[in-house]
Amino acid sequence: MTANTDSEAKRPKLTVRELTVSYSGKKAVGPVGLDIVGQHVTALIGPSGCGKSTFLRSLNRMNELIPGCTIGGTVHLDGDPIYGPGIDPVAIRRRIGMVFQRSNPFPKTIKENVAYGLRIGGMKDAREIETRVERALVQSALWDEVKDRLNDSAMGLSGGQQQRLCIARALAVEPEVLLMDEPASALDPIATAHIEELINELSAEYTVVIVTHNMQQAARVADYTAFFYLGELVEFDRTDVLFTKPSNSRTEDYITGRFG
Amino acid sequence: MIKANTAREHTNREYEGELRRLREQLLMMGAKVEDIISCSIRSLVDRDSALADQTIAADRKINQLEIDIDEHCMQILARRQPVASDLRFLTTALKLVTDLERMGDLGVNICERVLELNGEPPLKPYVDLPNMARDVQEMLHEALDAFVAADVERGQRIITRDKNIDAYYTQIFRELLTYMMEDPRNIFRATRLQSIAKYLERIGDHVTNVGELVVFMVKGKDIRHVGKLSDG
Amino acid sequence: MSAQEATATAAADRAAAARLTAVRTRRNLFADGALAVASGAALLIVLAVLTVILFDTIRHGTPHLSLSFLTEAPREGMTEGGIFPAIIGMVEMVILMTLAGVPIGVATAIYLHEYASPVSPLTRAIRIAVANLAGVPSIVFGLFGLGFFVQFLGAGIDKAFFHSEKVFGQPALIWAALTMAVLTLPVVIVATEEALRTVPRELREASLALGATKFQTVFNVVVPQASAGILTGTILAVSRGAGEVAPILFTGAAYFLPRLPKGLSSQFMSPSYHVYVLSTQSPDVDATKPILYATVLVLLGLTFTLNIAAVVVRARMRRRAGVAA
Repeated sequence: MTANTDSEAKRPKLTVRELTVSYSGKKAVGPVGLDIVGQHVTALIGPSGCGKSTFLRSLNRMNELIPGCTIGGTVHLDGDPIYGPGIDPVAIRRRIGMVFQRSNPFPKTIKENVAYGLRIGGMKDAREIETRVERALVQSALWDEVKDRLNDSAMGLSGGQQQRLCIARALAVEPEVLLMDEPASALDPIATAHIEELINELSAEYTVVIVTHNMQQAARVADYTAFFYLGELVEFDRTDVLFTKPSNSRTEDYITGRFG
Repeated sequence: MIKANTAREHTNREYEGELRRLREQLLMMGAKVEDIISCSIRSLVDRDSALADQTIAADRKINQLEIDIDEHCMQILARRQPVASDLRFLTTALKLVTDLERMGDLGVNICERVLELNGEPPLKPYVDLPNMARDVQEMLHEALDAFVAADVERGQRIITRDKNIDAYYTQIFRELLTYMMEDPRNIFRATRLQSIAKYLERIGDHVTNVGELVVFMVKGKDIRHVGKLSDG
Repeated sequence: MSAQEATATAAADRAAAARLTAVRTRRNLFADGALAVASGAALLIVLAVLTVILFDTIRHGTPHLSLSFLTEAPREGMTEGGIFPAIIGMVEMVILMTLAGVPIGVATAIYLHEYASPVSPLTRAIRIAVANLAGVPSIVFGLFGLGFFVQFLGAGIDKAFFHSEKVFGQPALIWAALTMAVLTLPVVIVATEEALRTVPRELREASLALGATKFQTVFNVVVPQASAGILTGTILAVSRGAGEVAPILFTGAAYFLPRLPKGLSSQFMSPSYHVYVLSTQSPDVDATKPILYATVLVLLGLTFTLNIAAVVVRARMRRRAGVAA
């Protein structure tokens, strides 16, 4: 199913056409067609097992790491294809970053965590690394809390701080798109509110795609929402439209809690 | 039979029950308003001041229902964070209640004029007024049915029927004018009758509002104030 | 039934239930107690055996233990003197064994866990080989070392570089070390794989999602995180290597050497072999008994220390993993 994009036609950052994801020959998701609008927040909602996380992970080629996984269809980032012979997934992942559900900082110092992506990318200039680390931590609203202890272990931070650290780590490599897989589901309400506020601020500069099982969060945070069910994209629209007058009865049933 | 908005029920049965109770309350309020309209006109035709007094007292129950339903809606909004059709139903219910309460007040106003009129001999046989009242009452009944059944067509038909009510009013007013011009002693009674007609006409306007609400609730399209919005 | 009767019946029921509960509780307590006693007794038996061995060894060995014992060479047909050459020999052998075995073992484990496809026949073959290797009796390793390293490789090297002069074609430090390396390979592989397994998948994903290659991820994230486990494996391998006799029997250990080993092709002495020698081939049993005990004490002390070190490292690794999770 191809999506109904907003008639104001904001520039799409990611265009997905006929995307299918299969595990050992069994189709899990798709075919999906979707335009992710640049510098806005798009939320993917749906019940457990509907394929929203699988879809998200196929946007930065993380699904390939699972043995037996095959991807069909195309995904284009600003017109450049992401899949294809000779296209390096490593390069794609530098342009499309990811933040995971459970924060997963490396057992290194705070500074080394944020600098990791830069170092493996080949950056050697210590001063530039420091600048980028600071900028990333400022962007993820963590700088004030850690600026005096950059060389402390990252494992000493609280859950919410660790998640913001993981966001800073992803931002340090300056991706164009940020994928977030249920980033706040392991956090308490106040830490969640911080993350949501952060997402608001980030969307001014980055294109954010967030998977969430919390519909109210999608309603609060996202400009556009896509509803997935049983591996299919059922409806995609502006969030305020989808939550007040959805076009598809399955969407209506899900968001009003009428699912069996 | 009270039908749900969609064929399926909420997974949370308590929520489903709350919505059902809300519908019942709305219907009860609507029935009471219908009663007030019919009783108020009957008290005019039958010159029954006792009935008029009773009807005025009955309005108190309507006011209480308005408060109860508003409270109920607030609770549902706070606890359930409704979206889509549920959200439209709830916001419509809040507005519906306001319209119904106003209709009740207008019914009281009619009764107050009736009490004034019953102190004097009738000006003329009452033909048009009861017909107008019957039409308005039927419209209200139809509107509430449309609301409960979530029937857009019926809702839209109500909006067109309002033209008849307006026509009634114009006719009654012209006739009363002639009576007033004939003999100044008729003015007191004529003006009271004209007020009653005006009240009925305004009840009709409120019923039209209900029709527009039904359309919004079902289709999500706001059709109020057509032709009366500012540009830009 | 009258009200009185009902009350009485209810009271009787309650009393019966209370009695039943009491019986059950007593039975449970008895079972709990019996289990505690039985396991306590087992523990005591083990401790008793250990204590007897240790006590006996310490009693007979400590008098002879001294700095000179550790730093002198054996004299007078090993009825006097110390075990210094044996200690040095063992240290050299263990160092060589570690240098040879640990990198191969770690690399194998990394390949098996990170790169190999779990279902490919090659992977399964490697795993079967490793498992079997762990079960091979150590004397067989000794024979393997003799046949392959000493007589095949050693003779070949001699023929190629030394004009068939017997240099490497005989028992030598290097061959003993390599034989021991093969013996301890399963230990290193298993310990390393276990350590790699404790590295959570999320850490690897985080690294890959930042645009790291698989090699960068393994090198920068996985191996450092698993280093404690790898270290444990190494320590365990060393501990095993220090004590084994059979593999070094034919491949490099010597009964007596007047001088310390000169190079890779020399033979060497080892405390474990020394114990065997002292107890079976001593000319004067009474004179060598104290030396025997002292040597055993040194060997035991070494093994204990290494094993405790491994336990401590593993405990710290678990604690760190608990913080990371």
